[in-house]
Amino acid sequence: MFTVATVLSALELGFIYALVAMALFLSFRVLNIADMTTDGAFTLGCAVSATAAVAGHPFLGLPLAMLAGACAGFVTAFLQTRLAVPSILAGIITNTGLYTVNLAVMGFSSNVPMLKTKTIFTAAEALLGENAPYKLITAVGITVVVCAVLILFLNTRLGLSIRATGDNPDMVRASSINTAFTITIGLCIANAMTALSGAVLAQYQKSADINLGTGMVVIGLASLIIGETLFGRGGMWVKAVAAVAGSVIYRFIIALALRANVPSECLKLISAVIVALAIAAPALKSGMAFRSRRHNAGKEGRKDHA
Amino acid sequence: MLDLQYLSKTFNPGTVNEKKALSDVSLHLDKGDFATIVGSNGAGKSTLFNAIAGSFYTDSGRILLDGQDITFWPDYRRSKTIGRMFQDPLRGTAPSMTIEENLALAYLRASGHTSPFSRISKADRELFAQRLSQLGLGLEKRMKQPVGLLSGGQRQALTLLMATLVTPKLLLLDEHTAALDPATADKVLALTKSIVAEHGITCLMITHNMHDALQLGNRTLMMDGGRIVLDVGGEERARMTVEDLLTRFAKNAGHTLDNDRILLSTQEDS
Repeated sequence: MFTVATVLSALELGFIYALVAMALFLSFRVLNIADMTTDGAFTLGCAVSATAAVAGHPFLGLPLAMLAGACAGFVTAFLQTRLAVPSILAGIITNTGLYTVNLAVMGFSSNVPMLKTKTIFTAAEALLGENAPYKLITAVGITVVVCAVLILFLNTRLGLSIRATGDNPDMVRASSINTAFTITIGLCIANAMTALSGAVLAQYQKSADINLGTGMVVIGLASLIIGETLFGRGGMWVKAVAAVAGSVIYRFIIALALRANVPSECLKLISAVIVALAIAAPALKSGMAFRSRRHNAGKEGRKDHA
Repeated sequence: MLDLQYLSKTFNPGTVNEKKALSDVSLHLDKGDFATIVGSNGAGKSTLFNAIAGSFYTDSGRILLDGQDITFWPDYRRSKTIGRMFQDPLRGTAPSMTIEENLALAYLRASGHTSPFSRISKADRELFAQRLSQLGLGLEKRMKQPVGLLSGGQRQALTLLMATLVTPKLLLLDEHTAALDPATADKVLALTKSIVAEHGITCLMITHNMHDALQLGNRTLMMDGGRIVLDVGGEERARMTVEDLLTRFAKNAGHTLDNDRILLSTQEDS
């Protein structure tokens, strides 16, 4: 049904975007914050990485993109924890501001073409040979290392404090930890990961565009939720694998949709519907259970009277 | 140990909802003092605890703990030396994290013993298991289970252990057994007594049980309208009955005690 090339590209994209799913795992699931900075941070990562690659520093582009993403996360966290801006609004404000920043990073142009530019992928090709699946190896390598480091970090004392912040902030303060601090660290890490995802993607597709990040938060959530639904029960390691798997599955769904001649303009709507349905699932389920209970109760009543 | 000097707090000042929650409260506790607090509904008992723990800053007055002025310290800084428990067993623990991870967080209050990037060590696990076994609930065998699976009583016992894992200078207990069934409440209270006695912890405990108020600890405080209206200890307290206490309260506060739960509990007991 799929050609090898389609499978390969779905896997590659799946692993690259898995970093966004992991970032949202940290902000949305662990910290319990819907971080709207995601879209802007993703584009920021693209822009920084593309600009650095064009300037001849494809490798340096990745840590620079992460640093930039962390700064974006810091701004959101600062607005939220120090200036009492509601968390969703804080993300939207940062996201709006980032649009200008992203344009500025790309030299006030809405895209950066990098057709002849050296990237981490061309470097991998030179190293592994053009017949090896070098793009997949690079994408898998980066994602696996970053996810592993994140999970190890979440089991350290600081990581535990961040996890508890989303669970019971009162208890974190009672353990002598400032929740403003843990939220800040968490959002910095999450947005660094989102930006890294954008950075890798820009070099992968050899271009950066101001609109690449649009809707990224929904795509990331869709991946995260698909993964959780299919494999989500278990410890932190299982959850990380689930997020990555969800991202890959999401890419296969998109590939399938494209193959079924769904116009690519419709993909965002499909993603939005997937996320809305997935998040609404528990409410829908209990609503259905209630309806069937009420329906059956009516029957029982009639039986008694008969 | 604890010195409260003329603490005042007014909520919603200048509005129709203005409420003077604390007015010129002064209190001195010596090291090892265990004082129980009773009072009417809205007397300011929990507000007093919030002021001491730093949930808000007071309008005036000073708070000294062990000679240090903590009046303007944020809550998370105070929690290093002040342990606190609430009536609601859900408030003290993180439900989706394991027992072991919850204890590891509480253990963070022991300052400077590890880097933020260190993980839970074998020595930590042994310490946690040993302290958990003292609760006598078998929790030491369930350290990898999420706290959300525990019953209210078990969670409250765990919270008590977390609040005292690093011996606090001051322990604030806000009706911490009130939401538990009687047998579990007795058990948690017995644990409280033994842990407080073992470590000689200075302790303030809000209760609505008048017998507990007289029998536990070495001092009884009564609050009304944001003030401490009665403070008895020593010989005088030892001779007091619940009725004496209610009479003294009525005399000092100018009206009878109107805490429905206290009145219910005195009727049940008598």
